[in-house]
Amino acid sequence: MRHIISVVIENETGALSRVSGLFSQRGFNIESLTVAQTNDPSLSRMTIVSTGNDRVLEQIVKQLNKLIEVVKVSDLTSQDHIERDLMLVKICPTKKDNFDLKQLVDVFSCKIVDVTDKTYTIEISGKTKKLNAFLDTFDPASILEVSRTGVTGISRGKKLI
Amino acid sequence: MKLNGAEILINCLKKEGVKHIFGYPGGAVLHIYDALDSQEDITHILVRHEQGAAHAADGYARTSGKPGVVLVTSGPGITNAVTGIATANMDSIPMVVISGQVPSPLIGNDAFQEVDAVGITRSCVKHNFLIKDISEVAITVKKAFHIATTGRPGPVVIDIPKDVTINQMELEEYPETIKMRSYKPTTKASNRQIKKAAELIANSQRPILYSGGGSVIGNASKELREFTRLLGFPITQTLMGLGAYPGTDQLSIGMLGMHGTYEANMAMHDSDCVVAIGARFDDRITGNLEKFCPSAKFIHIDIDPSQISKNVVADIPIVGQTKQVLQALIEELKDAKLVDISKWWSQINTWRGVDSLAYKKKSGVIKPQTVIEMLYEVTKGEAIVTSDVGQHQMWAAQYYLFDEPRRWINSGGLGTMGFGLPAAMGAKIAMPDRDVVCVTGEGSIQMMLQELSTMLQYNTPVKIVNLNNRYLGMVRQWQEFFYEKRYAMSYMDALPDFVKLAESYGHLGILVENEKDLKPALIEALKQKDRTVFVDVITDPNENVFPMIPAGGAHCDMLLSGRDEMVSKDETDFNAV
Ligand SMILES: Cc1ncc(C[n+]2csc(CCOP(=O)(O)OP(=O)(O)O)c2C)c(N)n1
Ligand SMILES: [Mg+2]
Repeated sequence: MRHIISVVIENETGALSRVSGLFSQRGFNIESLTVAQTNDPSLSRMTIVSTGNDRVLEQIVKQLNKLIEVVKVSDLTSQDHIERDLMLVKICPTKKDNFDLKQLVDVFSCKIVDVTDKTYTIEISGKTKKLNAFLDTFDPASILEVSRTGVTGISRGKKLI
Repeated sequence: MKLNGAEILINCLKKEGVKHIFGYPGGAVLHIYDALDSQEDITHILVRHEQGAAHAADGYARTSGKPGVVLVTSGPGITNAVTGIATANMDSIPMVVISGQVPSPLIGNDAFQEVDAVGITRSCVKHNFLIKDISEVAITVKKAFHIATTGRPGPVVIDIPKDVTINQMELEEYPETIKMRSYKPTTKASNRQIKKAAELIANSQRPILYSGGGSVIGNASKELREFTRLLGFPITQTLMGLGAYPGTDQLSIGMLGMHGTYEANMAMHDSDCVVAIGARFDDRITGNLEKFCPSAKFIHIDIDPSQISKNVVADIPIVGQTKQVLQALIEELKDAKLVDISKWWSQINTWRGVDSLAYKKKSGVIKPQTVIEMLYEVTKGEAIVTSDVGQHQMWAAQYYLFDEPRRWINSGGLGTMGFGLPAAMGAKIAMPDRDVVCVTGEGSIQMMLQELSTMLQYNTPVKIVNLNNRYLGMVRQWQEFFYEKRYAMSYMDALPDFVKLAESYGHLGILVENEKDLKPALIEALKQKDRTVFVDVITDPNENVFPMIPAGGAHCDMLLSGRDEMVSKDETDFNAV
């Protein structure tokens, strides 16, 4: 099972290495990890996507909570939530790509943010699946470069972490 | 008044009530040593190796319950201490380690004696800090002691760059208390869980109490006794828990696990209700998890939520301090009607009748078990016993019955050879009026021998009992059982003359080669109140530790000494245990 785990942690140097060290030390896997300061500059928020059964998830949450600098841990997947992944793709369409790029951009509601005589750079955000589907529409040879942020998320409604 | 960072640090340590520091100087900590020199409240013990400092502080903490304090220099100073820090971490021992660091502007430049102390120790501490500014010294020390000693205790490293110890600032009030939004160890157990547990306990037909290191560290011995006696349940203790409940008591059925007693393991296997108290279902306890306690419901009491349902899923998890949870359970069960378990007891007594710790004496050789039995007799079971790691450790745990907590000091989690001697030194410093005995092997003792020198300097008279089997015995035992007797590198050739060695360090040495000399030697050693005595006992090189749970076995498949043959099996198979 895929889980999105939100971690609020003291914004100290080394906080990231404590979390990533925990995952590698205990053999938990990380699909993606994003981190940035929150509205309170003394706190950072990480969003970690990991996979594992319920017992593994329970251990991940408990072990994260055990880290001294962790203030809060929440499994977003267990509640109503919004998740987003942001991707920048640089493509050079080949002959096999027989579609209208403008149309594609409309369908996926993304943006062309840079154009050269040979390349387009497209910005797209959404759920991971949507981003994957977008990439799948291209001939792999036409995709020159991909940069993704990994998933970040927040719970729906009034509920806070 | 302006003080430098080093002086502020020492002031903070005094405020924390620190009386002893175990350490070793070097460039990065010279200011701290200078500050130590001009005061008298704290005694510094100059070890001979930083690993020894960490183990000594650990032994000090285990016996006294107070945090051990270590001071080492940057680079090799802190790396040498890592084994001792990891040892304390695995056994949840409160410890504060102060390591010097190269001056802040040099950090990251591969400066002389620079290592990333915070990075290296991160995975083997409860927490660590790098101080960046002199203004952080006091608050960091406060946090470090708070974290090390509360919740599930553990070691905390404070890395201090040299410039921080040199810079000056006005002395501020040392904070009385500390609040951390990110660290609030749960202490109060949920009432609902207590009630549920009480109900399960009262209705169990074949209950067993399984108590671990958490009963010792949590100072829950008194409550554990009251609880056990109130219920009249059999109690088994882990290697880390020995002594929290008296080993000589009728309700005690001995240690459990790989080398536990027959009755303890059989009772675990057949139990319908296992009450785990400050124990963590370690693999040396459970053996093959698939065959572990097939018909039991589990109540699991632990201060650390991450221990619960890690290896064995708990039916009733209770997060809280062992002491308080037991108090609450006693209150809840005081007037409860319990199921009559006399049939269960008669079953247990039948298992007891198997006498799984019996061993055959052989003329001409000294059996290691006999040495421990005799040590028990000579010390009336009242000594503080530290041990190293190997067969001798298991024999000490099996044959020396501990009636009080904090008397049995050993490296259970990490299994660190070399722990015993410095730990004994630390224990003696914490408890100068108690007899402290280090049970060791000729392999282990050579890992920390140099501390004999420290022991002379600070006059810490410890009795060393070396079960000298000329083998890395525990390794040899596994090779005999699982590698068709191919004894690769388990034989100890060219051993030193331990008597002369002890003498050259200024101590007394006694060689014992015949059983008739054993008792007089031990009596003599203990009579020498103010001297460290090294008793080198030549023991049977072929003796093995029994009982033993064999390859992939369950608790009910124990092998017994002289009664079962260990058939050679593949060790990968054994790893399942
Ligand atoms: C530092 C360290 N290295 C290796 C081991 C693996 N090991 C466990 S027991 C043992 C043999 C110990 O020999 P000795 O001290 O003579 O004790 P004996 O088993 O003979 O009683 C070894 C090598 C260990 N536990 N610790
Ligand atoms: Mg040996």
